[in-house]
Amino acid sequence: MTEAILSSPFLGLVLSAGAWCIGCRVQKRTGLLLCNPLLIATALIIALLSVLRIPYSAYAAGGDFIKLMLGPVTAVLALNIYQQRAILKKHFAPVLAGCLAGSLTSVGSVLLLCRLFHVDQALTASLLPKSVTTAIAIGIAESRGGVGGIAAAAVIITGLVGAVLAPLFARVFRVAEPVAEGLAIGACSHALGTTRAMEIGQVQGAMSSIAICVCGIITSLLALFL
Amino acid sequence: MHIMAEIAVVFGLCLLSEGISALLPVTFPASVIALLLLALLLFARVLKPEHIRRLSGFLTANMAFFFLPSCVEVMEHAPAILRQLLPFLLACLLVTPVVYFVTAWTVQLLMRRAGRKGDSHD
Repeated sequence: MTEAILSSPFLGLVLSAGAWCIGCRVQKRTGLLLCNPLLIATALIIALLSVLRIPYSAYAAGGDFIKLMLGPVTAVLALNIYQQRAILKKHFAPVLAGCLAGSLTSVGSVLLLCRLFHVDQALTASLLPKSVTTAIAIGIAESRGGVGGIAAAAVIITGLVGAVLAPLFARVFRVAEPVAEGLAIGACSHALGTTRAMEIGQVQGAMSSIAICVCGIITSLLALFL
Repeated sequence: MHIMAEIAVVFGLCLLSEGISALLPVTFPASVIALLLLALLLFARVLKPEHIRRLSGFLTANMAFFFLPSCVEVMEHAPAILRQLLPFLLACLLVTPVVYFVTAWTVQLLMRRAGRKGDSHD
């Protein structure tokens, strides 16, 4: 029976849905920034898999179904952009300039940091594209001799930082303009940060979605010249 | 539209994008291509927002959930990350607010300047 359960895709699906619900409950109860549902659900599942010695591959059989949905999830962000088209048209130049500045800062500061710490080429290449969405990041990292898995991990951790701390960043850096706030979230923490931007507001969500596309394109181009 | 028709349209676009992504000379993800295609169809008024309202409503309302498996997957790479933990953490924790700050203030300053210019023309 254990074998049947461990090989069923339902395992990953049930664990994910269950852990997610617990995460949402804790968030509601505590209202703390760090009690992010995604953070709690991730910790719960990793703890459970480690304690029960369930291999990651057993979880992934179901988890991969959920992962597959990241495609449609990203695609329908288009609707959000479309609904905010008037704002996009009005602020087109600042939007482009902001994404360019953000992408350059991200790549430039990772390079600088890696130089300072004498980080080897493989890790540098894996960290470089950390601010863009996973699929682009893995492609860029591997084409420069990095490790896809580490690049993906850096993208996810970066995304979590953005998703959890975005409201704090806005307060500390005195960002009052919704357009600027949304773009900054998307530029620093891609689609994962966008999940938070959507909760903050419609304009923020749409601008964050735009930043995913524009920063993705800019960073891909940058990687060709580095 | 029937919910299955919504699914067929959006998943169909994702499928087409995977094909396009394979044809491109540089790595560019199918999901972002699908986003651009869907935006194109909406702006060209081939699709109306109503046509994908229910599916997109469900997906965006639960967006963060779909990242859960990717987050759990980080555990697979823990040994490699732990070997070079400090630069890894600094890149993720320190660079992220810096990028946020630079992007937000670039946009904010440009918008204010544009706003002032607009005022002086009135």
